[in-house]
Amino acid sequence: MSSTTESIEKHTIAVLVDNEPGVLARVIGLFSGRGYNIESLTVAEVDPDQSLSRITVVTTGTPMIIEQIKAQLSRLVPVHRVRDLTEEGRAVERELALVKVSGTGDRRIEALRLADVFKARVVDATLNSFVFEITGSSDEVQDFIGLMRQLGLVELCRAGVVAMSRGPAGF
Amino acid sequence: MTGAEIVLRALRDQGVDVVFGYPGGAVLPIYDALFQQNAIRHVLVRHEQGAVHAAEGYARSTGKVGVVLVTSGPGATNAVTGLTDALMDSIPVVCLTGQVPTHLIGNDAFQEADTTGITRPCTKHNYLVKDVDRLARVMHEAFVVAKSGRPGPVVIDIPKDVQFASGPYVGPTEVRHKSYRPQVKADLARVEEAVELMAAARRPIFYTGGGIINSGPLASKLLTQFVRMTGYPCTNTLMGLGGLPASDSHFLGMLGMHGTYEANLAMYHCDVMINIGARFDDRVTGKLSEFSPNSKKIHVDIDPSSINKNVRVDVPIIGDAAHVLEDMIRIWRAKHKRPDPKTLRDWWAQIETWRKRDCLRYTRSETIIKPQFAIERLRDLIRDRDYYITTEVGQHQMWAAQFIPFEAPNRWLTSGGLGTMGYGLPAAIGCQLAHPEALVIDVAGEASIMMNIQELSTAVQYRAPIKVFILNNQYMGMVRQWQELLHGGRYAESYSEALPDFVKLAEAFGCVGLRATKVAEVDDVIREMINTPKPVVVDMAVDPHENCFPMIPGGKAHYEILLGPEDDVAEATPEEGMVLV
Repeated sequence: MSSTTESIEKHTIAVLVDNEPGVLARVIGLFSGRGYNIESLTVAEVDPDQSLSRITVVTTGTPMIIEQIKAQLSRLVPVHRVRDLTEEGRAVERELALVKVSGTGDRRIEALRLADVFKARVVDATLNSFVFEITGSSDEVQDFIGLMRQLGLVELCRAGVVAMSRGPAGF
Repeated sequence: MTGAEIVLRALRDQGVDVVFGYPGGAVLPIYDALFQQNAIRHVLVRHEQGAVHAAEGYARSTGKVGVVLVTSGPGATNAVTGLTDALMDSIPVVCLTGQVPTHLIGNDAFQEADTTGITRPCTKHNYLVKDVDRLARVMHEAFVVAKSGRPGPVVIDIPKDVQFASGPYVGPTEVRHKSYRPQVKADLARVEEAVELMAAARRPIFYTGGGIINSGPLASKLLTQFVRMTGYPCTNTLMGLGGLPASDSHFLGMLGMHGTYEANLAMYHCDVMINIGARFDDRVTGKLSEFSPNSKKIHVDIDPSSINKNVRVDVPIIGDAAHVLEDMIRIWRAKHKRPDPKTLRDWWAQIETWRKRDCLRYTRSETIIKPQFAIERLRDLIRDRDYYITTEVGQHQMWAAQFIPFEAPNRWLTSGGLGTMGYGLPAAIGCQLAHPEALVIDVAGEASIMMNIQELSTAVQYRAPIKVFILNNQYMGMVRQWQELLHGGRYAESYSEALPDFVKLAEAFGCVGLRATKVAEVDDVIREMINTPKPVVVDMAVDPHENCFPMIPGGKAHYEILLGPEDDVAEATPEEGMVLV
């Protein structure tokens, strides 16, 4: 199919899976084996009673590729549900990052001031460093990181996107 | 019950009567349990790849699940090619692999391999059973997964301590998978849409594949009924041969790279395509942007990921082929659909002009055995027999597909998706053991047969009177053909140097060896092969330079099909086509 002429889209897909050994490897292997992109991937157990985990994956591709990704995910045996949150409308998408900034004097004060503007929390402080915790949309997190880079960022860890549809309906 | 006993009991409860395997340290408890029972027969292969292909041959010819039992490490890694083959061709196989004891997993123990890791991409699903309490459940679940939906291979990796441990047994009826429910009944609105489209078609064609075979004999029956009811032409993929009786006047032969002229041109020119259980494989479509450009496409498939994977379709229908055909026929009847006879006659008239090109003709010879001639004689001399054909991979495979007719499903066993040389001999053994009275022939090439030649020993041990029909052209024929046509005749490594004497080789294994080197000997050799109630190897010395036509060169469209050596393939192959396999 002339997929090259189609536009590349970014989609956030939520997948409910059995929390069993190898399930994440299956999902990741599907992406690597078929040449799909993973921009972000998060996974954690959400229902200990039924032993279910929820995977949130952000991926890019042509509409045909995105459709393939969903179909391929759906046919994995331990997969219960696949939902394309992007297709279903504006989803709530949040990301958490820990940002360590090292420095003294004005730069330190400026970092703290900006953290306040971005509503980032200080979770560790020394006389010459801060660790900030920021939660927000990927763009907000990215903006904050961009600013901190100029103020002495020494370490960064991002949790990846978690997402949920808006409105009263459950998964 | 011990883990090993649970395995045997579960196999029995699943209706398994034969297991193809090879023992080793990590499966000894299961072999011990096998030894102490009589319900399940074990067939000892000579290489684990052979075990999987034999299980495939058994599965494809019976519609049942094929079962494999191998040891850890090399036992499992040797099985990988067979598993991948079964995955590509959607063949239900359950493969039990031994594993080092749980406390040694990850320690690089003797004969340890990460079997579930290695087989994850080449199975439909796999399990590592670390707890004997789960074993019975996993065994039954594996059978459900292997045969339901789009079938495929399932691996169960069982550590040795789990085979020794005691645990509870549960029967198959008590096991239901938590989430795995493939859709078999289609959305009726879609089926109605398809029927409307079909009835209004001016140039319709059925294009059907392995999904018809996998669905079971009922699907073939319904397809035949529907094709005759509509009067529409029908072509089969390599996997789908036998889905419609080859003798049916609506049958256009196989389509694709080496398919018939009429099938490929009808696909190109059709206005409504009814794909049932085929997956728009690259061997079938040729150049995608010029694949049947003016048709509305209906696609029936049990696997949603097959829909819109290669080709955008207009009416996707997710469901099992037999169920969908049943609905289609019912709706067609209820709505009193009748295609316009004049339009359909014109379409058939067009197809007849393509048929008249007689695309499978070849230049006959009095002095050298043409491979097509050998296959034609084979076809004519087995006509009245109850035959099953397996193949290796290459030119001989394509000639067998082109020339040998199949009147029923499950009689044509060939490695389509993966194209595995060495498939045919073990598959023939698996097929023969399921059908002891039938005539099972592996149409082979001299290069392919060497890949699993050791299985002749298996055939002899189990008195499986399979026939290996080698078209010996002293080349990896398809490789040579591509080198001749596309690489300036530079035959890099495609010559079969230092071939064994196949007659003596057959005799050394305890088979019967026959040879034909002259045209006049062909019939006698084939007759003797058929009438010998033992495994036979036929060494048919054929023209080393014959090429397989028709051929759609890589990167070309259906209408650019070449009919014979007079058409210049190199000239016809675009640069971007050269990189395609």
